[in-house]
Amino acid sequence: MNAITNYIKSLFLWELMKGLSLTGRYLFKSKITVQYPEEKTPLSNRFRGLHALRRYPNGEERCIACKLCEAVCPALAITIESAPRENDGTRRTSRYEIDLLKCIFCGFCEESCPVDSIVESRTFEYHGEQRGDLLMTKEKLLAQGDKVEQELAADRAYDARYR
Amino acid sequence: MATIEIDGKPYQAQPGQMLIEVADANGINIPRFCYHKKLSIAANCRMCLVEVEKAPKPMPACATPVMDGMKVWTRSAKALTAQQAVMEFLLINHPLDCPICDQGGECELQDVAVGYGKDVSRYHEGKRVVIDKNLGPLIATEMTRCIHCTRCVRFSQEITGIQEMGAPGRGEHTYIGTYIEKNIASELSGNMIDLCPVGALTSKPFRFAARAWEIQQHDTIAPHDSLGSNLHLHIYRNQIMRVAPKENEAINEVWISDRDRFSYQGLTAEDRLTVPLIKIGETWQATSWEKALAFVKEGLKKVISAHGNQAVGALASPTATVEELYLLQKLMRGIGSHNIDHRLRQVDFSDQNAAPLFPYLGQAIADLEHCGTALIIGSHLRKEQPLLNHRLRKASLRGAKIILINPIDYEFNLPIATKIIAPPAAWLNHLAGIAKALLENRSSLIPHSVEALLATVSPDAQQRALAQTLRTGNKRTVLLGNLATAHPQFSVVRALAAIIAKLSGATLGYLGEANNTAGAWLAGAIPHRGAAGNPIAAAGLDAYTMLTQGMKSYILLGLEPELDSCSGTAALKHLQQADFVVSLTAYRTATIENYADVMLPISLFAETSGTYINVVGNWQSFKGAIQPRGDIRPAWKILRVLGNLFNLDGFEYTASDQICDELRQQVGNKIIGNKTAWQIPTHLELNSTSGLQRITEMPIYSVDALVRRAIALQHTLDATQVTGIHINTQVATQLGLTANNPVIVKQNGAVINLPVVIDERVPDEAVLIYAGQVAQIELGAWHDQIELTATC
Repeated sequence: MNAITNYIKSLFLWELMKGLSLTGRYLFKSKITVQYPEEKTPLSNRFRGLHALRRYPNGEERCIACKLCEAVCPALAITIESAPRENDGTRRTSRYEIDLLKCIFCGFCEESCPVDSIVESRTFEYHGEQRGDLLMTKEKLLAQGDKVEQELAADRAYDARYR
Repeated sequence: MATIEIDGKPYQAQPGQMLIEVADANGINIPRFCYHKKLSIAANCRMCLVEVEKAPKPMPACATPVMDGMKVWTRSAKALTAQQAVMEFLLINHPLDCPICDQGGECELQDVAVGYGKDVSRYHEGKRVVIDKNLGPLIATEMTRCIHCTRCVRFSQEITGIQEMGAPGRGEHTYIGTYIEKNIASELSGNMIDLCPVGALTSKPFRFAARAWEIQQHDTIAPHDSLGSNLHLHIYRNQIMRVAPKENEAINEVWISDRDRFSYQGLTAEDRLTVPLIKIGETWQATSWEKALAFVKEGLKKVISAHGNQAVGALASPTATVEELYLLQKLMRGIGSHNIDHRLRQVDFSDQNAAPLFPYLGQAIADLEHCGTALIIGSHLRKEQPLLNHRLRKASLRGAKIILINPIDYEFNLPIATKIIAPPAAWLNHLAGIAKALLENRSSLIPHSVEALLATVSPDAQQRALAQTLRTGNKRTVLLGNLATAHPQFSVVRALAAIIAKLSGATLGYLGEANNTAGAWLAGAIPHRGAAGNPIAAAGLDAYTMLTQGMKSYILLGLEPELDSCSGTAALKHLQQADFVVSLTAYRTATIENYADVMLPISLFAETSGTYINVVGNWQSFKGAIQPRGDIRPAWKILRVLGNLFNLDGFEYTASDQICDELRQQVGNKIIGNKTAWQIPTHLELNSTSGLQRITEMPIYSVDALVRRAIALQHTLDATQVTGIHINTQVATQLGLTANNPVIVKQNGAVINLPVVIDERVPDEAVLIYAGQVAQIELGAWHDQIELTATC
């Protein structure tokens, strides 16, 4: 019985028809291909992209040089030097560097930060023409933070109830 | 012995011991904040509560004495509930600022909170805030973090002996602070940083510099006082971040002095020399080591061929390591000159052949605690050897009688039985008087020459009383301090002290000067004896002669003779006149540039391996902990290559311990002791001087080049109060001088202007001028007549 069924199926190219019908269905369906870079996929608010150092609304940098991110970083990508700041003696970083070539974007730094200072923003489109370009210095990180602060704040506010 | 049971296991304990001591001895962990084994028991943190059988409530382990058959549970439900409750109380007011706290990562409160604390606080009221105190340049404060364990209060009361800290207020309003707004002035204050279980008191120079988990710990030996305290160096990225004590019950217990703790800052001083420099014409040129050492060889050869090998002299700092000093003397003696010395502050060398193998304390350091009577001659002990002073303080609090003969009425932090305050010239009278009083009813045999020496002396009532005191007490000691060693008639002072010791049955001891003075004696950095104290044919020139009479060539090891020696003016003059001066120095100063022809950068404490020998003859070796900057090399390597360049035998060392072993073999089992190491002077000149006498003291934070560059220490009271000319009110009114006004100071032809400081500690007929200060160099020798005239 099985042999007869198979014979008939092969005679009428059943398998081919079945495959073509699937192709045909998708031919007329609406398309989901994203035309990057003109179009972009939606990103999670927990997306782990380029790092940024945030500031408080009054402009004060958040980072207090506790060095927890440096300690937790599994790729040893973070280098921090700390000292009392000259004008007010508060604890600040005198150097804060993330080597993006070492970074594995695990997000541990973000998780360990007691003041939500070091965060990973949604930015993932960046490049460096030289090695040094991908060494994020404190200035670059703060500039990135300033650039996307609204987005960062909104993402953190959205995620607050799960933390 | 009592047998107690802790957590179901039996342990042996001494009756009267506290539970926590037994637990600590057996490795059972009981959390605690206020308990410290070297301080009295306060039992005010309540963290160490444990369950004791038949006790209705949990008991504090630190204040519960053991009793035979006692049963204790440290981790039972009852004990843990009690500990958790205490932790919750302690955390009510403690700020949650661990991320910015320097103690974070090494905090006792943090550790215990992880074990016992709850994750959510039930306390919703506002936290207590305490205003910060300024405790000076060494200790940073964050008093809101204080948990009132009162360790610092007890430390200041019991160990430093000055009640500087206290806990005013009650209950919620209690706070820790100085009663009046002032700096902590104790020379041991840095220990409060280690004692504080939280981040309330932290090190100011270390502030925010590194985290506990990034730091590597290396061990070394302290480079300043004669004790050789054991240290932990905390290193981060090849830099010393801070220094902490390493426990050594026989030497420094658990403490270190501030000088040992903070002097590491001098390593990174701005004027640190990092490349070899040679002087071509009048300009300094950086050069390679090969060229620099060849230049040294050429220069020395030229001097030797023109003036003979006796024209070369070497002066070494007693802070150099044994290896460096040994190689320096080997080099000098290889060249054919015995002119080598490290005793830069000594003037009288007439009895040096009788001197002991090295200036020995005469007893173990810990034995000082048990002495019954101590006569201290010429020592500002508290500032010279802070931890020896602490040992004597313990003795004194147990009832020992401390007798002082000092030029200045120094403030001591221990009860003093009797003190004689007189200018150094008058000490001989007093010492001879005491010796005579002892001689009058002696018990031991004494050479006739001593009797003859003291024949004309007649003791007064005070000297008789003093002699009587010296006869009492079970363990007696006579100690010679640094001011005695620098005495212009040191040989007589030594002889009289030895006679007094002999007649009273006391032990004669030296308090020692620098960390490696003993090492310098043993290594042979002295003109009259070779390495290991071996006799030599003819003695070379001593430091004083070399500096005051001039040499054609000098080799200086780690020295700034104008500040380090007792003849700064003469030293400068003769160094400038010399044909060829080699300075193995860690620092480049304008003065060295002026007189030297070659500057060779040497590594300092913590940068080189080596050995220090302390005042009781302990050889303590250590390894280099950090890499020095630039082209800096350890001095022993430089001296070794110099030895090779001079084609001398026995300079084939590849490691510093080979040098140490070589010396150790030579020293062997030589007997150390001071008993017979003195010489009866031919005559006793009891001079009655007239006019103002200069008294000179080396202040605590000027003793060597390293500490002079430790910035934080230079801002302390001990370092800022050393300028000017110190006289008492009587002298000031006599001469019509007023405080802070400049006065014309004349000494042996030199004239300078110095501000007047009214200082009631200075005796009449005397003037106190501190050594090691640039402004005072020009005045000249340490002991002289002084003339003061008011400026109009």
